[in-house]
Amino acid sequence: MSIGHTLLALLESGPRHGYDLKRAFDERFGHDRPLHYGQVYSTMSRLLKNGLVEVDGIEQGGGPDRKRYAITDAGVTDVGHWLAQPEKPEPYLQSTLYTKVVLALMTGRDAGTLLDVQRSEHLRLMRELTQRKRTGDLADQLICDHALFHLEADLRWLELTAARLGALAKEVTR
Amino acid sequence: MSGDRDTTHPTGPSGPAAWLRDLLLGARFAVTGGRESRLRAVFTALGVGLGVALLMGAASVPHMLDARHQREAARAAGETPSAPSATPAPGSRTLLLRHVFDEYRDKPVHGALLRPDGPQAPVPPGLKSLPGPGEMVVSPAMARLMDSAEGRLLRERYPDRVIGTIGDQGLIGPNELYFYAGSDRLDDRSATRTDHFGEVQPGDPLTPELMVLAIMVGVVLLMPVAVFIATSVRFGGERRDRRLAALRLMGCDRSMIRRMAAGEALAASVLGLAVGSALFLGLRELASQVTIQDASVFPGDLRPGLPLVALIALAVPACAVLVALFALRGIAIEPLGVIRSARPPRRRLWWRLLFPAAGLALLVPAFGKATGDAGDPVSTYQVGGGAVLLLIGVTAVLPWLVESVVARFRGGSPSWQLAVRRLQLSSGPAARAVSGIAVAVAGAIAVQMLFAAARGDYEKDAGNPTHSQMAGSAQLASASRLQEITSRFRATPGVQGAISFVRQYANKEGADYTGEIVIADCGTLRSLATITSCRDGDSFVADSPDQPRTRGKLGPGDKLTVSSFTAGTGKTDYRWTVPRGAHLVTARPDPTGEHHHGVLVTPSAINTAAIPDVETQVAVKTVPGDADAIERVRNTGAHIDPTMRIWRLGGVRKDKNYAAIERSLLIGSVLTLALIGAGLLIGTLEQLRERKRLLSVLVAFGTRRRTLAWSVLWQTAIPVALGMAVAVAGGLALGWTMLRLVGRPVTDWWAFTPMTAAGTAVIALVTLLSLPPLLRMMRPDGLRTE
Amino acid sequence: MIPAGSLLTATGLHKSYGPTPALDGADFSIHAGEVVAVMGPSGSGKSTLLQCLAGIIRPDSGTVTYDGRPLSEMPDAERSALRRGEFGFVFQFGQLVPELTCVENAALPLRLAGLKRKEAERRALEWLERLEVADIRGKRPGEVSGGQGQRVAVARALVTTPRVIFADEPTGALDSLNGERVMQLLTDAARDTRAAVVLVTHEARVAAYSDREVVVRDGKARDMAGAV
Repeated sequence: MSIGHTLLALLESGPRHGYDLKRAFDERFGHDRPLHYGQVYSTMSRLLKNGLVEVDGIEQGGGPDRKRYAITDAGVTDVGHWLAQPEKPEPYLQSTLYTKVVLALMTGRDAGTLLDVQRSEHLRLMRELTQRKRTGDLADQLICDHALFHLEADLRWLELTAARLGALAKEVTR
Repeated sequence: MSGDRDTTHPTGPSGPAAWLRDLLLGARFAVTGGRESRLRAVFTALGVGLGVALLMGAASVPHMLDARHQREAARAAGETPSAPSATPAPGSRTLLLRHVFDEYRDKPVHGALLRPDGPQAPVPPGLKSLPGPGEMVVSPAMARLMDSAEGRLLRERYPDRVIGTIGDQGLIGPNELYFYAGSDRLDDRSATRTDHFGEVQPGDPLTPELMVLAIMVGVVLLMPVAVFIATSVRFGGERRDRRLAALRLMGCDRSMIRRMAAGEALAASVLGLAVGSALFLGLRELASQVTIQDASVFPGDLRPGLPLVALIALAVPACAVLVALFALRGIAIEPLGVIRSARPPRRRLWWRLLFPAAGLALLVPAFGKATGDAGDPVSTYQVGGGAVLLLIGVTAVLPWLVESVVARFRGGSPSWQLAVRRLQLSSGPAARAVSGIAVAVAGAIAVQMLFAAARGDYEKDAGNPTHSQMAGSAQLASASRLQEITSRFRATPGVQGAISFVRQYANKEGADYTGEIVIADCGTLRSLATITSCRDGDSFVADSPDQPRTRGKLGPGDKLTVSSFTAGTGKTDYRWTVPRGAHLVTARPDPTGEHHHGVLVTPSAINTAAIPDVETQVAVKTVPGDADAIERVRNTGAHIDPTMRIWRLGGVRKDKNYAAIERSLLIGSVLTLALIGAGLLIGTLEQLRERKRLLSVLVAFGTRRRTLAWSVLWQTAIPVALGMAVAVAGGLALGWTMLRLVGRPVTDWWAFTPMTAAGTAVIALVTLLSLPPLLRMMRPDGLRTE
Repeated sequence: MIPAGSLLTATGLHKSYGPTPALDGADFSIHAGEVVAVMGPSGSGKSTLLQCLAGIIRPDSGTVTYDGRPLSEMPDAERSALRRGEFGFVFQFGQLVPELTCVENAALPLRLAGLKRKEAERRALEWLERLEVADIRGKRPGEVSGGQGQRVAVARALVTTPRVIFADEPTGALDSLNGERVMQLLTDAARDTRAAVVLVTHEARVAAYSDREVVVRDGKARDMAGAV
């Protein structure tokens, strides 16, 4: 999961302090693993260096933690690319996909398309596996079937999420 | 069900209580359970109801006949029980009566002329008082006829003042034409004297021929009713089976299922009994509108006997339950659905053949024995039993026949294949339909053949000239009015020729010869024989032109005797010798086409008044085809003498009566066919509904609507056509058998054509009626999985 | 935008059952030899799209073009003839005529097209063999298993060598092993005969037998080919 893209997307709704960013991240995506502040700091400095964010202002009292970051146009474009890019289908993908869906909803992008694109990517892989299964021996078939069933489970999750986008959007933009 | 887990009967009450519970539950299924369930209950009730109504009608026949017979006896002039042939002496309690047997436009008009001897003279039933001279009391039907334009000539014939109508108790049927007229011209010579109305008449025993006919009609009418009731109870059977399967899933065992099915059939049949009773009571009121064979029936006479009603009320539900249980025999209702044995056991033929064989065994020895009046009563049971067995045989053989015929069908167009395969898979409903048709139509054809043969006897075709020829007779014992009578008839419009003469029959003394004595003036005699010269006082001996009737048997000088045919009336014989100078002449036909051979005498050569029971005869020929002329001739006769009887030669034109019988037979058969058609229709609709999805799939495949419509047509047409074929064969065989019994030839081999037409109509109708739902179900909506 | 070389295309299909629209401006196209999966949640209009494409129902508006001919404009008789001759159908269940034997069921489309019984059943038997169910040819649908029945149905869809096969949840009533076998036989046969397959399904593993998928959502069809 790309923390940089996540923090960048969180900035799209408005400039924030590094500490605010960590709190927003933890609130939405850090259920099992809260972000270290150092992680935020190093990520932000990388983004700053790449020109995806800029320092909006420094608050009274000094110190690195008092910097307020804002997203640049290049940063917005980068978030857009990231969200539109389907993830490589693999097991335990849902946390990344979930993050992406939520961020898409928060930033007003089309989360449905995101899911459809991901579904296509899954299906593409499933087609490949199915093709391999048709030509392969029994061992191939069993291995492919294992992957296929997992991919199918992901796909079902994608469909379920797609069906609940409305409810999720309400919760996210609350 | 009982919730008590500790009892040894965890399924709830047992014994009678459980029985009752299951029956009631089944009964509830018959009436509750949505629109479809109710519709099915309505159909079953209607079907059973129609059957019950017919049964009630049949059960009313004995009472109806009895009531009619009683009223007929009650209005007959009574005879003195001690001396049946003696007439009472005239007194204040007696009257003179003469029955009148008239006709008006081929309908019988009967009545009586009355002349009371005193103030306490008896009054016939239905009258308040006796009509005086110039007055008459008529039946309501006759009053209506006389008031109508059609009855104008009847009104002219009976110009007396109508002072009232005859009450129902004085009439046999509501549409009877009957009257009582007061007369001051009756005398002992022309009328009977009586002191009371009502006599004990033994009922006319039915001739064996009629008996065979009556049995046949009964069997033919009632057998299809039984078959139809059985079919009605099974309406919607497949759906019911599935519901019972659902109940099995809920824990009902097989015997509970059977009891529920019995309860459902019971409820439907009880509903049918109610519908049937209502239907019967309703239709009864219409009975007075119908006249068959000049007979009409008072609704009140149609009262089924109590034992018969009880029998119907018990037998119909019992039959329904038996049929329902029998229907469960071939299928196993399991919790997860209805299992029809994939290949039901092949129907066996041998035991089915026992019925017709037994029937024939009973009938064949009776061949030719039921002719005329000399049939022995035992043979009627034999005939009835044989006929019933034969018809049962037809129903028993049919399912086997349908199965084996259908199993042989192969190939054909897709629509044909669809229908045939359907029939092959379950030929039960088709076989039942076929049985119903076969019994009803076979019976109808047989009866039709019997009627046709019976009619062949005396019904002449309408173009026969004798229909315009009439004869009449009156008890006028004088030749003095002959000229007046002749000229009055000749003056009647529409009359082409008329003569009148006095006639009596005489025996030759000491010889075996009986011949006519015709007394008339020279002019009339000239028209009856080739006479060259004639003066009053002459006599002639006439012989037939074709074959000698009198030659060598009768000649001048022979002594003749005329005796009265009513013995014990004190009338003396009249003796007369044929004059020596009598000429031998050849007879010529009179206006009615009859040759008079015997003695032709001018009035002064014989003492007419001394001849006992002498009658004045008229022979009239009218313009052929002029129906009014016939009535005018009767009017003329009535005006000359109210007691004059005038009849048409060639008999009454009976085709109207037969047409009525044929029509009612046809209507009955068509109704039965329609009922069976309704059964088939319900089956088809049910089947279509079950296959909504399949139909949609077939449409998706590009199946033409035409193909499916044809398949529905075949599905109806094959059983009906098979049924008609068997019915025609069976009917002709049965008709032939019956005719052999009464010793008559078959006159109408084509009796089956109207029935076949009706069968075809039923096929067309059922198909037509199932088309709209078929087309509706062929819409792609059925493809939607939701 | 109709892709060039398409066999069957639909543009702007609208179809309503009562007040609720089942299709609300759906587009679709498929070319010969292509297997296209139509996916989407229940009630999204998948089946309605299939029925419009197959000419079973007429869209309220929009056009369906088959082989250059306007299918949505044709009268019923012409569409029926097309379905008889050039299309094949497989459904989820309830499609075999219960009274006819399996081989008679498979031969039915040929017979409807006017072929003699013997020839029709000979060809049907070839397809039954190919679908590995020749041994049940004389049995009635009620006497065979679901998988066997579905193979008979596939044989029936293929027997006329149609140019388009419409399959609506063809494996919906089967377990996964049977379902995949049926899908494999169906798609193999379709590829051999260069038939296009419109495959309506909600199962991803079934859709994986397609070349491409179309997602129907809220009555609109989205072609996912260009999305990746």
